[in-house]
Amino acid sequence: MADRLFSSAVWLSAALVAAALLWIVADLARLGLSHISLEFIFSAPENAGRSGGIGPILVSTLLIIGVTLAAALPLGLIVAVWLAEFTRRENRLGKQIRLALDVMAGIPSIVFGLFGNAFFSIYLGMGFSILSGGLTLAVMILPVFIRTCEIGLAAVDNSWRQGAQALGMTRTSAVWHILLPAAAPAITAGLILGIGRATAETAALIFTSGYVDRMPESLLDSGRALAVHIYDLSMNVTGGDPAAHGSALLLITLIIILNLLAQGFSDRWLHRRFAT
Amino acid sequence: MFRGNIDRLVEPPLRLVGFVCVAILLLILLFLVKEAAPVLTSGGWRMFFADSGWYPMEGLFGILPMLVASLAVMLGAIVIAAPIGLGCAIFLQYYAPPVLAKLFRLLLSLLAGMPSVVLGLWGLTVLVPIIGSWQPPGTSLLAAIIVLALMVIPTMALASASALCAVPDSLMNGAAALGLTLRARICYIAITTAGAGIRSAALLSMARAIGETMVVLMVAGNVVQYPSGLFEPVRVLTANIALEMAYATDLHRASLFASGLLLTLIVLALAWVAARSSGSSKQYG
Repeated sequence: MADRLFSSAVWLSAALVAAALLWIVADLARLGLSHISLEFIFSAPENAGRSGGIGPILVSTLLIIGVTLAAALPLGLIVAVWLAEFTRRENRLGKQIRLALDVMAGIPSIVFGLFGNAFFSIYLGMGFSILSGGLTLAVMILPVFIRTCEIGLAAVDNSWRQGAQALGMTRTSAVWHILLPAAAPAITAGLILGIGRATAETAALIFTSGYVDRMPESLLDSGRALAVHIYDLSMNVTGGDPAAHGSALLLITLIIILNLLAQGFSDRWLHRRFAT
Repeated sequence: MFRGNIDRLVEPPLRLVGFVCVAILLLILLFLVKEAAPVLTSGGWRMFFADSGWYPMEGLFGILPMLVASLAVMLGAIVIAAPIGLGCAIFLQYYAPPVLAKLFRLLLSLLAGMPSVVLGLWGLTVLVPIIGSWQPPGTSLLAAIIVLALMVIPTMALASASALCAVPDSLMNGAAALGLTLRARICYIAITTAGAGIRSAALLSMARAIGETMVVLMVAGNVVQYPSGLFEPVRVLTANIALEMAYATDLHRASLFASGLLLTLIVLALAWVAARSSGSSKQYG
């Protein structure tokens, strides 16, 4: 009896979570699908977003993500390579870096928003801009990106390193020609995690990249990210809900597309070099 | 020889970039403290806890109601998410056939990747009206708790599942040989052995819940008051920052930064206890 009760409780909790997710996705599709059209995707918002589209907002979103990746990708990869290949585990600076990353991973996103506002927007004088928002997000995704890449590199079998050494390769060229390509799946996974976080983020952007929904003319213009648009429509614009649902559906689609792109891109960049 | 040289040439710049990471964290803390300094020096933390309420225009900065609301939302969310998340982990590890387990894992990561603003939108347009038709106004502590619980269930489930996965097979097989049923093996062997890991999963979920902004901002109603019932609207610390940063100046702005600092400290304390807890479980294995 107790056994049957226990197993039904276990199945029930799994079913509950599955049902909740289906409920959410079904509601979003039901409420949002009718609002999505090519015109919605490409035209500018009108009437505070109630009508019109989200063209400029999509452009701002992609620019913000572009800035984030341009800053976080090289920085993150270099740190991961140094941590995994150029230091011993007990190295003091290595330990300090890991501790710093762990602490950073715990900081709430709204606090990154506060920091971005105080440092990038005001102290460095970037104002409310795509650059400031993108850099804030870069700082935010750095820990998870570095950690995934480092674990990926550490997981590459030691025989690869020994083989490279036996061939007389320097550590540097072993990393470049062998270890990075071999760790490609982990790097992609880190990239995908980072892109997902950056695209989904709202709280850190409200006070860094701002609310302006015009088409941005440069990286120093304020640009409204899609997630911020959804927030604004549902909280500050009465009658904005249909457009908010359409945007939410597009946001989820955008995250999926960016993930596929990241996957394809790193496959090409890293795997092809491996094959030749 | 050329061999060692290029490595010796490459290593210092890489090390320098590594140092940048530490510098960024110091920069974050420095700027938080610097911006919060007016509050920390004048009257300090005392007014945070002694002032009668949060009336920034009149110079009253009592954050206690919002701090209590933050804690209430976090505890409510974990009370729901911990048993359900653990149930999902047990399902993944011991009950689901391989295909279903794979599918369920995908589903959990889908839920984990759901943008919080989208969950908030769903809560506001679907869940809040349902609660509101029963107990108006609908935007309430309960709505925040339910949506937050949904948000942290994947964290709880996936982290507990990996803790359960680390339970040595020999223990489970030995128990099976003694004639223990699957339920008994899970309850008395697996969960006790993975206890530290499960505790740390719950702590991490709590850290995520108290640090979350958008969901709570959108569904909790944002009225500054002590939470007196599940159906009362409340405002939490994160939502307060998001709502007031746009126009806050001087002492008001400083107190928002100070509350951000306080939030960070709470989250870090939770994460630290979680890390210690899972660290002690490694000694067992």
